[in-house]
Order: sequence, then structure tokens, then C-alpha cells
Amino acid sequence: MAYVPLADQDSELEMHHPHSWVTKYVWSQDHKVIAIQYGGLAIAVGVVALVLSLLMRMQLGFPETFDLIDPNSYYQSVTMHGMIMVVYMLTALLLGGFGNYLVPLMCGARDMVFPFLNMLSVWVYALSVVILMASFFVGGGPTGAGWTLYPPQTAMAGTPGHDMGIVLMLVSLAVFIVAFTMGGLNYVTTILQSRCRGLTMMRLPLSVWGIFIATILGLFAFPALLVSAIMMLFDTLLGTSFFMPAVIEAGTPLDHNGGSPILFQHLFWFFGHPEVYIVALPAFGLVSDVLSTHARKNIFGYRMMVWAIIAIGGLSFIVWAHHMYVSGMHPYFGFFFATTTLIIAVPTALKVYNWVLTLWEGDIRLNAPMYFAIGFIFTFIHGGLTGLFLGNVVIDLPLSDTYFVVAHFHMVMGVSPVLVIFAALYHWFPKVSGRMYHEGMAKVHFWCTFLGTYAIYLPMHYLGFLGVPRRYYALGTTDFIPESAQDLNTVITYAALFVGATQLLFFINIFWSLRNGEKAGPNPWGSASLEWQTPDTPPVHGNWGPELPTVYRWAYDYSVPGAHEDFIPQNVPESVEPTADEQHFDPDHDTSKANV
Amino acid sequence: MSVFKQLTEKSWERKGLIGGLNPEGAFESPPERVALGFFLTIASVIFSLLAVSYVIRMSLPDWTPLAEPSQLWLNTGLLVISSGLFQWARNTANAGKQKNLSIAFIGGGVFALLFIAGQILTWESLQAAGYFMTSNPANSFFYLLTGLHIVHLLGGLWVWSKSSIRLLSGGKPEDVRLSIELCTLYWHFLLIVWLVMFAILSNT
Repeated sequence: MAYVPLADQDSELEMHHPHSWVTKYVWSQDHKVIAIQYGGLAIAVGVVALVLSLLMRMQLGFPETFDLIDPNSYYQSVTMHGMIMVVYMLTALLLGGFGNYLVPLMCGARDMVFPFLNMLSVWVYALSVVILMASFFVGGGPTGAGWTLYPPQTAMAGTPGHDMGIVLMLVSLAVFIVAFTMGGLNYVTTILQSRCRGLTMMRLPLSVWGIFIATILGLFAFPALLVSAIMMLFDTLLGTSFFMPAVIEAGTPLDHNGGSPILFQHLFWFFGHPEVYIVALPAFGLVSDVLSTHARKNIFGYRMMVWAIIAIGGLSFIVWAHHMYVSGMHPYFGFFFATTTLIIAVPTALKVYNWVLTLWEGDIRLNAPMYFAIGFIFTFIHGGLTGLFLGNVVIDLPLSDTYFVVAHFHMVMGVSPVLVIFAALYHWFPKVSGRMYHEGMAKVHFWCTFLGTYAIYLPMHYLGFLGVPRRYYALGTTDFIPESAQDLNTVITYAALFVGATQLLFFINIFWSLRNGEKAGPNPWGSASLEWQTPDTPPVHGNWGPELPTVYRWAYDYSVPGAHEDFIPQNVPESVEPTADEQHFDPDHDTSKANV
Repeated sequence: MSVFKQLTEKSWERKGLIGGLNPEGAFESPPERVALGFFLTIASVIFSLLAVSYVIRMSLPDWTPLAEPSQLWLNTGLLVISSGLFQWARNTANAGKQKNLSIAFIGGGVFALLFIAGQILTWESLQAAGYFMTSNPANSFFYLLTGLHIVHLLGGLWVWSKSSIRLLSGGKPEDVRLSIELCTLYWHFLLIVWLVMFAILSNT
């Protein structure tokens, strides 16, 4: 039975049509409102995590200066910063926020296929955030076990938040996974079953491909976190010994016996590594669309880009143990995971080449989204190359648990996706709000963020080479670490405070532009993909007016020789294309170079 | 169109309308069925990971195998009957018949409830015999696996109860056919999961 689009189901569309303020903005089933709810909440918790990172930097830059940061609160900040940024900010913003907003619009659908489930998803996500934030207010505070939550130290008295903090963290993660599953089932089913007429899978914009494969990764990887969270909850609350070995705490043997902490590490990283790509793949997709639109050129190697996304998605499930080289694994095991890790670099590098080649001879328009997108190529190459270092066992061993690792993963999955998020936020802001942002302020924001983050993370690589260990509250005096390392730490802290403060520019810009920005019109960038072709801007409930769009071409018809404009939207039929006579090449009217 | 053909399409060359007059999904199924397919895969991942953890944990020295009580055979029988009744309901609904539909569908759920009651009684008899959750990792895994299986069944029973109410309040077979079909698929899946788990538990 072919799926009947919601357009042909008037009663269903009517059924969840908002009738009051509450159903329109609170219990809304409209994917666009849900996207803004997801995005807003994710950015809000992201700000909390940002503040926590600044607290850490204050301690590292100026040790023994601030009474408010003691070793416990330092570890709690490290843990909560990591977990919030990876799961509650990046995953929620990229898939819950951009996934919800863009998937139905780019697929030419009226909404997600299960709008009620979609609404539940965002509110269950909100519940998971509330549970997580509650851990700041319980006795003992949030867990300080590090975002990897390795047993047995998560449950030991020396670790802050070993009683209530860790329980709330695990419960919150389980609730988040339920929320993600409800949203994820919606994204994949909508993409597979609810595309409009003529929109084949290979005509989808790469944003949708990135979100699609990332969601599948999430759906199959989060169960590993769920299983380990449940088993660890049993260990913590009921006294089982799934992961907890026989261990002595302050001279007293605990009731646990024989559990395997390494088993937890395997389960955690079986989730943890695909999680990197759950964040990266949507970012890859979004940045491809931003680069192509603002370079006025079709994305280079579209098919390769799709295949690379699929290949990276598949390979991401067989590289997890490269996070565990120092756990005492068999050398052949390490050899296997080093090999798969280097193999995954191939499709990833291919994507980077294709982005660069998309820019090659493009009619580049240096708008703020393009600044961020090009900035991403720099930071991603940088972070990717250091990944090659760490993927090799022999190089990883001395660098493991040093600041080199911190610098690597912040460049590759911190700064890079965040630059894409800013690119995407500025790029789609005119569609979401109907107004333009302030271009100058956005560019200042870019330069401060881009240069500032380099000032933070580039020196960290040197700290790592010196052997400065990560996760230490204070360095103390150690023979192999020169005093100058502390000067570097101080400089990094100045840079971090600067970058943190300049993010205010983004918020000022967004809130100022919502009221005072220029009217954007339906398609300010001259973009070919479907979301820019809606009859209303911002799109209203149901997205498409009385009739769903029909798609006649892929999403990247930019600077087509002989076309009247330098882009042809996906829903423009073949018949309006220039005839063969008009297509002769005229250097004076070469439209691929005409728009400066 | 095959997946290979779809993924090798040169979309930059091919202009014009592809496909018929109606939008086409990737699968010729209603979205609910596609979503259920994904959900079953997720549930399989959960139980597979637990099975792998079980085997890894088993190799550690403190493991004492648990002798599964024979009551589990009876419970297994109840779940088989439950699954069979759902299949009967599905066949009846597919044939568009009303007769016996409610009996089969509601009976299927009732036998699932009996299965859950049987599992809880098994827990109680194990506890009475001194096999507590914390006394050995084999016991912990037994309670965890059976518990998670029950949680999945409860999720199915929630959908079943909603469809049962629709059926009892005069719903036509065609109105509830999709729900019945999806419930049946889900029940068969949970039966297979249980059989695999039961096999692993009783052979170790």
C-alpha cells in the first residue's frame, strides 16, 4: 500500500491543526514549532555547559585563586560540560532542532508522519534535561565521574555525586534515549515514506542524507548506552555486580564482586563512537548545502558524498575500541581497530576534498554562513589530522589522557559542528523568522569564534606533547612539565573567556533581528532546495498551501549554463528550462560568473 | 526500484518527473509498519547487546549458573498461545471477517498478561528459594533479561488495550486491521526474543 501523503488526508491535518495559544506554542504538533522548542532548549543547556567550561578554565588558568572551585566542583564541571555538550546540546540541536525543521520541508511533506509522537519527543527531552539539571540541587551534587562514567569510580565515595548525582545522570540518559527514539523513528520514516512526488532519495539535499544516516546510527547506538545505563543503575541502586569488581573503599570492602569495568567501556564506546558521527554527519550535510548555495555551484560529487555518508555510518560501528587502547587489550585487537579507524578516514577525507572542490571556481558569496562553513573546513581538517595520530596505537599510548586528546576532540567534534551550527542558524534564520540577521555583527562573531577557538585549542596540542595530563584539577609541581606550561594555560583561559563572551554577539544579533531585521523574502540566498520554495515565509502550518510540491530535479541546480537565473528550484518543471538553442555558450553572458 | 538502482541514480543528469502521479515511499508499507520495523531492530540491538554482555560476564570466575525453574516451560507455552491467537486475529481481520475477531485479539492479550503473571510468580519462587538478584551475576542477568522482556510486552499491551477498546466499541475489522497486524508482528518478535533468551539461559 503506497503511503497517502497528509495532503490527501484533510481530516488528519485538521485534527492537529492548532486552535489555541497552548496548542500552537506549547503542546504543538507542528514540526517547525517542535524544532524551535528542541533548538531553544538545546542552546539553553549548551550555555550552561559553556559556563561550566569557563569555570574549569578559570581554575586551570589561575589555580588557587577562586574559592568557589574546589576539586569536586571541578570534576563535576568537567563531567557535566562533556555530557551536556555531546548529548543534550549537539545531538538534540542537530537532530531534534535542524532535523525537525528541515526534514519535512526538504522532503516536501506537510509534517512528520507521527506528529503526536514528535510532540512527545520534545517534552520527554525536556524532562531529561530537568532530571539532569536537578542533579545540581541534590545532596552531593552532580556526578563528577567524567562524561564516560567509567565504573568502578562512578560509584565510589571519592567521586563527587557518587550517590544521587550518578543516579540522576543515568535516569536522565535513559529518558533522553526514549525521547530520541521517538523523534528518530519520525525522521527516518518521514524521509523514507513521505517524500513528495518526484523526490527520489538521490534528489534529496545532503542535509537530509546526513540527518537520515545519523538518526539510524543514533537509533542503533543509543541502545548500547541504554543497556549500560540500566546495568549501572542496577549496580548502584540494587547492589548487583555487572560492572563493579571486588573493591575496597576507604578500608572497607564493598558488597560488589567480580564485575567487569571493561565490559562497561566496550558498551559505552559502542555507543560513544557512533555518537561522534551522530553529531558529525548532520553537520556534514548542513555544511554541504550551505557551501553549495553560497558558492553558487552544485555540490561536487553528490553521489560520492551520499555514499561517503553511508560508508562512514557503517564503519563508525567497528572503530569503538580505539578509545580503549590503554585498557590493556590484545595487540591484534588494537591492530584491527587502528586499521578500521584509518579506513574511516578515507570517506571522510573524500568529503573534505569535495567541499574544497565545490568552492573551486565557484561564484563565492562571502556571507556570514559561508564564513562559518569555510571556517569549518579548516577546523575539521585540523581535528581530523590529529585523529590520524591518535588512531594509531603506538602514537596514542603516550598521548592518551593528555591535552592532545582534549585538543583533538574539541577541534573535530566541538568547534567543527558548532561552526556548522552557526552557519546553519544564520543560513536558515531568514526562513525561520522571515527576517535577515545583522551581517556585520555575524561576521565579527565569526572572526572572534574562529580565531578565538584556535587560540584555545592550538596551544593545547603542545601541552599534550609535553605530557600535561587531562582531567587534573591542578598540575602541582611535576618534573616533566615546565613552568611555562602554566603561562600557556593562562593564555588559553583568556582566549576561552573571550570566546565565551563573544557568543553574546550571536544572541544579541538573533534577538535584535527578530524585531528589527530587514524583511527577508521567501528565498534571500537564491537557494534551489525545497524549503525555500514555500508559499509563506515563515512557512505556516501544513507548509505548502493547498497542494504539495512536485520535484523535477536535484537540489543543486546552481549556475546552470543558459538558465535565466543562477539557480533553478527543485520544483521548477523541465519545460521552463532553456531550449537547446539557448544553451550555446556565450562568454559575455556566462551566468555561472555573472552574479558577483 | 532496488536500493542499488536508487543509490546509483545520476540525479544531476536526470530531469523531469520520476515515478507515477502519487508520491512513492521507499517501502510499499504504511509508515506505522516501517516505524515498527525500525523499532524491532532497535529492540534486537538491545537484547543482542545484553546477550553479548551475558556471555562476556559468564566467563568471569564468580559466575554460578542458575538452574532455571521448570515453570518457565509453562510460561513459554502461554506466550506461544498468545502469539498464536494474535496470528488468528490477523488472519481473521485480513479476511475481513468479524466473527471470532474480538475473541482472538483480546484472548491474545490476556494470555500475554498470564505470561507476565507467570514470570512474576517465577521470580517469587526463585526469591523464596534464595536466588536473589544480588547473590550471583547469573541471577542478576536472569532478572534483568526477563524484566526487560516484560517491559517490552507491557508496551505492546498498551497498544493492544487501545485497539481492544476500539474493537469492543464496534470498530470494523478494516479500522483495526493495521493495529492487529502490527501487534501480531510485535508479539511474534517478542516470542522469538523470549525463545532465544530462554535457550541461552537454560543452556548456560
